[in-house]
Amino acid sequence: MLERILLTTVVLAAGWAAPAAAQTIYPINRAEILAGSKFDLKVEFPGAPMASDVKVTVNGKDAAEVFGKRPMIVEWEDGNKLTAYWLRNVSLPKAGKIEVEAKVGGKSEKVAWEVYGTPKRVAKNVIFFLGDGFSIAHRTAARIMSKGLHEGKYGGELSFDDMPHMALVSTAGTDSIVTDSANGMSAYMTGHKSCVNALGVYCASNKNTLDHPKVETMGDILRRKTKMSIGVVTNSEIEDATPAGVVAHTRKRSDFNDIVEMFYDVKPDVIMGGGSPNWLPKSTPGSKRKDETDYIKKFQDAGYAFVATKTEMNKAVAEGKTKILGLYNTGNIDGALDLKYLKKGSVSKFPDQPDVAEETRAAIAALSKNPDGFFLMVESARIDKYSHSLDPERALFDTIMLGNAVQAAKDFAAKHPDTLIIVTADHAHPVSIIGTYNDDTPGQTPREKLGTYAEAVEPNYGAVDAEGYPSNIDVSKRIGFAFGTSPDTCFNAKPYLDGENVPAVAGATKGTYVENPKACERPGAVHITGNLPFDASSGVHSGDDVLLTAMGPGSEALHGRIDNSYVFRVMATALGLAK
Amino acid sequence: MTDPHSGSFRKRISRRGFLAASLLLSTGRARAEAPTPLTFDTLYSEFGVRGLVFSPIVKASAGRAVSIVGYMAPPLKAEAAFFVLTREPLAICPFCQSDADWPSDIVVVRLAAASAIVSAGTRVTVTGRLEVGSAVDPDTGFVSQLRIVDAQYRRGP
Ligand SMILES: [Zn+2]
Repeated sequence: MLERILLTTVVLAAGWAAPAAAQTIYPINRAEILAGSKFDLKVEFPGAPMASDVKVTVNGKDAAEVFGKRPMIVEWEDGNKLTAYWLRNVSLPKAGKIEVEAKVGGKSEKVAWEVYGTPKRVAKNVIFFLGDGFSIAHRTAARIMSKGLHEGKYGGELSFDDMPHMALVSTAGTDSIVTDSANGMSAYMTGHKSCVNALGVYCASNKNTLDHPKVETMGDILRRKTKMSIGVVTNSEIEDATPAGVVAHTRKRSDFNDIVEMFYDVKPDVIMGGGSPNWLPKSTPGSKRKDETDYIKKFQDAGYAFVATKTEMNKAVAEGKTKILGLYNTGNIDGALDLKYLKKGSVSKFPDQPDVAEETRAAIAALSKNPDGFFLMVESARIDKYSHSLDPERALFDTIMLGNAVQAAKDFAAKHPDTLIIVTADHAHPVSIIGTYNDDTPGQTPREKLGTYAEAVEPNYGAVDAEGYPSNIDVSKRIGFAFGTSPDTCFNAKPYLDGENVPAVAGATKGTYVENPKACERPGAVHITGNLPFDASSGVHSGDDVLLTAMGPGSEALHGRIDNSYVFRVMATALGLAK
Repeated sequence: MTDPHSGSFRKRISRRGFLAASLLLSTGRARAEAPTPLTFDTLYSEFGVRGLVFSPIVKASAGRAVSIVGYMAPPLKAEAAFFVLTREPLAICPFCQSDADWPSDIVVVRLAAASAIVSAGTRVTVTGRLEVGSAVDPDTGFVSQLRIVDAQYRRGP
């Protein structure tokens, strides 16, 4: 045994002869930190050196002294060959440049942070809209569908297009060039970039998903420092990444039961979405909890009106309730196409669900009663989900719905000009308008029907209803809305009238997906060879920049190309949160 | 192509001849009865935000032999004696593959013996003994309301 240990040591020593892994410091280099906001300082010293040998300084002074706290130093943390140095829940009150240095033996590693202050508060309210996966082609195609395009000009503007400020937002995370909804939203809600699947944390080596170094979220800060009301509104499951981003700290976005608890810790005044099973005690059929906690009851006990339908939601608002928990579906709330026209999805089970615009109006009515102002996050979640499932019409209807929700905010801002409105996306999808599918051309298959360039004629969707949705999508001339990625699938370039597209299903070989045989039975369907790895079941996100539009006090700071994390800084500045 | 039919109850007995007498009795009864056909539409009499209510036929079938047609979803772990039966073939979000994302009306199937997995696009008929009520799988932590145990399956409705 002793021999083996010695041998290991020799191998280790040999390993260290090569360039050693450097100390890793969180928050990472080039972090921008809101003055006074809380964060966990963690340094990982590789090789598990002795606690007494590691040293961390902030602007040359011992970090423990600077933060007035004793560090926790853990050798072989979680069994990893590293020594972890922790100063949890610390903050830097003054703006300025900060240099953090981590030393062990002769090796030093440094990071630089910028701590920023905020001038006087200029916005009373902030409404932050996030179209999940909302890309340029969604925007353009929704405008064609909803406003019409004739002789090269549109019949009108979508509400989010018609704003004075616009920026191009880069969404990449700390780990890769393509982000997901978790770290995409986390950057907007904390001002710190993170890695795929993570919310409100930096991605360190910790084994427990809840132990990673935390940074404060917008929800945390507003609760701790202000009397403002907070609203979180979506049509996804409320525990899903985007709404969770307002309150959550976890390395793994699917920690849904923990995320419900994090909602309870912050207690946003208005919470609306789907996903009730994670709120129900384990013994209730349909529950996905692993404990007997009844979170609906806990919120009711904390003074919330619980509502499960649009009718109940509107009644609670009419009664002047200011704390509302609305869960309208066990899964995601159905998208606009199913809610309004096709009645597919889960509409038969949940016939009285609000759409995102109705939720937004209700949330604003409840939140705006607070004289100290409010922060509202609104997500149109299924633009992304329907783009994963390669279902253009559903994604575009939910883009139009996002426009209606933004219009509700603009209507409010018209009377309350001290409201900052921001509309953006967490990441892109590889989508593009490539022409028009025209059933008047001979043939049955998509390639025979696709008109490009001069043959990309104006589509003939049905007349637009009062909410801006075309009354018919099953028309002879449809937008050729192409997805740049897919698994093996079948495709016939027709709308999915019987329910959301399922491009691929799990194959017999574990971890692979094959074309959905049902999709191949559709008239004119052709086989499409996927261009994604074999474990992809649907389309994937893309690393393209996304667009942001904004109006109201503070929005003038949003222009040019910016990082997603900078948007947090703009909101924190408008609200004067560094004080 | 041969039907990847699961091992039968009898095979399990021969392999594990020390099975407790009580289990033998209960499963024996389940085999003796003609299975009650269930459908995904008749599992719950109420399906709401505040929870689901098992249908009378499900309550009456607890502990008894049932059959149901659905789609085999990929198991969470590479364990071929355990899979999830769904109403429709699933399109799974690539970033959220955990039990948190399953539809509410799934049925967990525990096969009498390990078996090959078929493509999720294939409809299968599962036969076995129905277990009713919330349970957490000790190995995977998977929460389920309805389970068909000592089960076998065949392709097609
Ligand atoms: Zn996505």
